[in-house]
Amino acid sequence: MFGYYFDLARRSLIRSPILTAMMVLAIGLGIGASMTMLTVLHVMSGDPIPEHSGQLYYPHLDARPLSSKDDKNAPDPSANLSWIDASNLLRAHQGDRQAAMAGGSVLVRPAQTSLRPFFETGHYITADFFPMFDVPFRTGGGWTQVQDEQHERVVVLNGDLARKLFGDTSATGKIVRLQDTDFRVIGVLNDWYPQPAFYGDTSGHAFGKTDEFFLPLTTAMDLKFDSNGNMSCWGSGGDQRTSGECTWLQFWVSLDGPTKVHAYQQFLEDYWRQQQAHGRFARPVDAKLYGLLAWLDHMQLVPGDVRLQLWLALGFLAVCMVNIVGLLLAKFLRRSGEVSVRRALGARRRDIFLQFGVESAVIGVAGGLLGLGIAQLGLWSVRHRPDDYAHLAQMDVSMLLGTLVLAIVASVLAGLLPAWRACRITPALQLKTQ
Amino acid sequence: MQIQPVLAALRRHRLATILIAMEIALACAVLCNACFLIASRIQMTHVDSGVDESFLATIKLTGYDEAKASDLNARVTSGLREIPGMQSVSVINEVPFGETAGNAGITLDSAGQKFAGVVDFYVAGPGNFEALGLQLISGRAPRADDFQPMKAFLPSSANVIVSRSLAEHLWPDTDPLGKEFWCGDFHFRVTGVVAHLARPSAGEGGPGTIEWSVFTPAQPGANLSGVYLLRADPAQLPRVLRDARAAIAKLAPDAVVEQQASQTIGDLRQVYFRQDRIMAGMLLGVIVALLLVTALGIVGLASFWVQQRRRQIGIRRAIGATRGDILRYFQTENFLIVTSGIALGMLLAYALNLLLMTQYELPRLPLYYLPAGALILWGLGQLAVLGPALRAAAVPPVVATWSG
Repeated sequence: MFGYYFDLARRSLIRSPILTAMMVLAIGLGIGASMTMLTVLHVMSGDPIPEHSGQLYYPHLDARPLSSKDDKNAPDPSANLSWIDASNLLRAHQGDRQAAMAGGSVLVRPAQTSLRPFFETGHYITADFFPMFDVPFRTGGGWTQVQDEQHERVVVLNGDLARKLFGDTSATGKIVRLQDTDFRVIGVLNDWYPQPAFYGDTSGHAFGKTDEFFLPLTTAMDLKFDSNGNMSCWGSGGDQRTSGECTWLQFWVSLDGPTKVHAYQQFLEDYWRQQQAHGRFARPVDAKLYGLLAWLDHMQLVPGDVRLQLWLALGFLAVCMVNIVGLLLAKFLRRSGEVSVRRALGARRRDIFLQFGVESAVIGVAGGLLGLGIAQLGLWSVRHRPDDYAHLAQMDVSMLLGTLVLAIVASVLAGLLPAWRACRITPALQLKTQ
Repeated sequence: MQIQPVLAALRRHRLATILIAMEIALACAVLCNACFLIASRIQMTHVDSGVDESFLATIKLTGYDEAKASDLNARVTSGLREIPGMQSVSVINEVPFGETAGNAGITLDSAGQKFAGVVDFYVAGPGNFEALGLQLISGRAPRADDFQPMKAFLPSSANVIVSRSLAEHLWPDTDPLGKEFWCGDFHFRVTGVVAHLARPSAGEGGPGTIEWSVFTPAQPGANLSGVYLLRADPAQLPRVLRDARAAIAKLAPDAVVEQQASQTIGDLRQVYFRQDRIMAGMLLGVIVALLLVTALGIVGLASFWVQQRRRQIGIRRAIGATRGDILRYFQTENFLIVTSGIALGMLLAYALNLLLMTQYELPRLPLYYLPAGALILWGLGQLAVLGPALRAAAVPPVVATWSG
């Protein structure tokens, strides 16, 4: 039966090529625009490390005084931890693994004279970072907690920087000069650029190749390396880096299973109360433990412009849908005679309904294919934008299939009302007036 | 033209009529808001920086030893002045559309109680006021003794020049000359007002704060070094900047030129507003596609109606209606449908604007966008219906005699 309806649909669509082309164009444009923006949203809110995101958690404490107000235009100070709190959580060692970190930018002074000194961004981290995030090494490895405590001058390079400095030769064991200090390269990463760079301060740059080196946080503190994330202070005086009144560090903990998560949550609340007893943490106890994806959601990585564009595209799709409903209505009602004959010959209402449903779906498939092309064009233009997420704008298989499914669903939905009207045509009346 | 018969006919095609009216309403809502978004983006890119942009370029150095900053300033400024075509070289902390260096909150009392907003401090050595080409509207330009030594990121007490926009914000309806304000322990006294001076990073705290800038004269030194403002004739500026970058390698081998920050002000402006231009272009694309699709819908349904009513048209022609009557019939029909769509669309446009205002920092939709959107949609409707209506007018009276 479907084959027959499909053939009917094909004949009917070919009979009025202009109307068919209009409908396919309308659905193609609507689907193309929507899928372009949905794909951008999809790649921006993807899971950066699918194998481990279930075990990674971000503790959220708020050491600010009551007087500090939230500012919509500034990054949230309570998203980060102060040095004192980060050190306390590290020392408490209540998770399976835990690491504190901060982004930074240093001047790399290459040994070879052909390269001028240049700035590179990276992260200052503690030892558990590498095993906790299962960071892939090409050669060498990370460092130990003992080396952290000894403030050793070691560094792990990411793929691009290692290639830039040492070409194809192995970088491990070589010396790199950062600012005015020599560091020993103990490992090279296998081009590890998770998108977004979830572990760092995502209020700034979260996409693109953000980190080319990793060195011990303690060493960076020693050498007074600049951090480049958001630093928010509310007290005054003293060294901002070691103060309990300046937040600038990110902290991650891995917890295996709900019991450990619950225990850690409990630990955070106890910690809050204990700090209150010491005269810190003026606010009522409200310790939170975010899962990785919940944390990224909380940080709102998708810029306002992208969300605005998505809403525009969906609004556009809505206009296209209304348009197709009108065109299908015209198309189906024009065939009242044909419907009457079929009904008089014994076709039931549901047969007519199905026939027109199939016809709508055929338009949907054609529109979906056109929409796929338009979406590829749209993504190509997104990739040429200057934004840091631009290079991510690629369709994967799920979005590819999603495009076709959305097109078919949209066109069948648009066909419902016209098909319903068509199947209510009274055969006798129509045949009489013919 | 009588409206009565048109309305009677529309009542028999209620569903199709409602569909077109709805499409027009949605299109009207999106059209008005998208046009408004484009206009506000474009207005943003037209901000007046208040400086002679086409004459100016900047060079930013980093990586040098802070202790040798004064020496670096001397080497770079005297060295770069040697470049042919260079009109002036001066030390400054930031430039319009470059990286922000001097953002800070200020108060109108020394105790720090009366908070007056976050402003931007241009900390500038001698020569910058003239090089920037700032337009003084009251008070005086900085004098030689206004350039005080730096204490941390500002001089501890300074005679400053503010923009008119900031003066009106801080002291509405009073003469700003001689007024004082504070930033922590730093103290400032206003000695001049300039017409415009945009801060490097526009828009923090909303578009209204873009010109909240303070021009602070100071002596170059350890806390004021590394950023240089170059002035040259616009025709020679690209070459002068190229030469300057090349000269830095010899003048300051210990320093690193920050490539992205070392540009002409014109180029920095281009980069700064690239995002807004892209967004405006994309909105324009949406509008064009939207109008196209709406027109397609009108053409499709109107064609269907014309075909469906061929016989009635024939009868009307046979009993005396002219081609013009038929043409006007379909035009009137379209006008009525579009008008009802616009009426609903204006409400929708307003609701969408309220929604956008809660999500994004947008002002209220100015009312004149609504009639403008209505005019566009009326025009679009008439244009789209013209083809089918002409075909209807061409139906010969003899059709009336055909059966079926």
